[in-house]
Amino acid sequence: MAALPEGPGPANDSPMSIWPKSIWDVANPARFMRLSGALLPWVSAAAALALGGGLVWGFFFTPDDYQQGSTVKIIYIHVPAATLAINVYAFMGIMSLIWLIRRHHVSALAAKAAAPIGAGMTLAAIVTGALWGQPMWGTWWAWDPRLTAFLIMLFFYAGYIALWAAIEDPDAAADLTAVLCLVGSVFAIVSRYAVIFWAQGLHQGASLSMDRETNVADVFWRPLVLSLAGFFLLFLALLLLRTRTEIRLRRARAIRLAAGEGAEPPGEAA
Amino acid sequence: MSAFLALVRRDLALAFRIGGGGLLSLGFFLLAALLIPLGVGPEGQALARIAAGVVWVCALLACLLSLDRLFQADLEDGSLDQLALGPLPMEAIVLAKAAAHWISTGLPLTLAAPAIGVMLNLDPQAFGPLLLALLIGTPALSLVGAVGAGLTAGVRRGGLLLSVLVLPLYVPTLIFGAQAADRAATGLDPTPALAFLGAVTALAAGVAPFAAAAALRVNLR
Repeated sequence: MAALPEGPGPANDSPMSIWPKSIWDVANPARFMRLSGALLPWVSAAAALALGGGLVWGFFFTPDDYQQGSTVKIIYIHVPAATLAINVYAFMGIMSLIWLIRRHHVSALAAKAAAPIGAGMTLAAIVTGALWGQPMWGTWWAWDPRLTAFLIMLFFYAGYIALWAAIEDPDAAADLTAVLCLVGSVFAIVSRYAVIFWAQGLHQGASLSMDRETNVADVFWRPLVLSLAGFFLLFLALLLLRTRTEIRLRRARAIRLAAGEGAEPPGEAA
Repeated sequence: MSAFLALVRRDLALAFRIGGGGLLSLGFFLLAALLIPLGVGPEGQALARIAAGVVWVCALLACLLSLDRLFQADLEDGSLDQLALGPLPMEAIVLAKAAAHWISTGLPLTLAAPAIGVMLNLDPQAFGPLLLALLIGTPALSLVGAVGAGLTAGVRRGGLLLSVLVLPLYVPTLIFGAQAADRAATGLDPTPALAFLGAVTALAAGVAPFAAAAALRVNLR
């Protein structure tokens, strides 16, 4: 059962101990709650600043593209959302691995908390892509490898969330969803290459790169990077908030179970 | 090895005797594939174009039908606890049950596929590659399906959930399998698709027993 340590953790003696000495200190739920509680307002404010700044700059203070007109501005939402859609799944995979190996409840709950955010980002990338594709490609949807890979990824997220919802025992749910996430990430990579084998692409290749020169003009690129940072900060803020909620739900459940001496009221699984 | 074969024989006996419904998935496969022309229309060219894809999609769906009881029945009546106490490691139990599932669904599907090909006007050049692709690819359907069955073994009415979990994992097998026949029908060399299909099956054989065994151990806890 999910017996999370209640109250202060072991390394809690000094009042200065909000900051962890090692990343594994955060695995203690009490320490995670203190650290995330202190970080959350700052991360949220930074996310609002970067996202607001990036989007306002991108939408109102950049010129129209000479071919795409004003539709080019979709990139300030589309590109960050798509980037996050992939990275959130990778994050869930790492958290699942940590849960399976080290049994830290916080990592299992962080993976659970991240899934709906990732699914939302995937959906946002698909929808904004469709809105842009209609005027530019002349179609809302094409069976292009990238588009198809994102659709498959949306199914992966849906299955992961559904499995969490279907299993009552929280530890069993954490174990089984972690196995699904890891198997899914292997097959997601294979699917990515399968769809490339399967269809010719309409979508452009990667334009932003860490190690090559980027293909995006500076005037679009600078607000895009700001917007990307804003989306990552938004993910971090939502992740902290949702993980805190999950930890509190677990705690409420543990208290309820202790009060009822193990008898769980029907239909109230955490 | 004898314990492994005994488990395969037991599962096959359970599938093919009264109440097991062993060949029902084959019936579903034939029925579903033959409903397609009723929906698409009887034009030979249109049917020939989609024949390989129809065979593969119907094979996926037929495979799903019997998966939800793969471990669930044994988990409910305690047989899985007995098996876990026996000489076989859980990974081998998964492999044996997946093998039995393949013999009772994947293999009959493969053998029946040429009949569907004839009725859907499949290009004559594509029959060989389609058969070969089904032979290579359907074991992956049973293996990956075993992962989904293990994950949902403890979920009541888990069949629908199982489909949601497993169908996205079937994407590579579906693509390479259908491409093998498609390429042969258009005069291209099907070997690359078949090679990739074999790679996916090999990957599934390497990953699925461990993942499904991990899931079953959680369910037995």
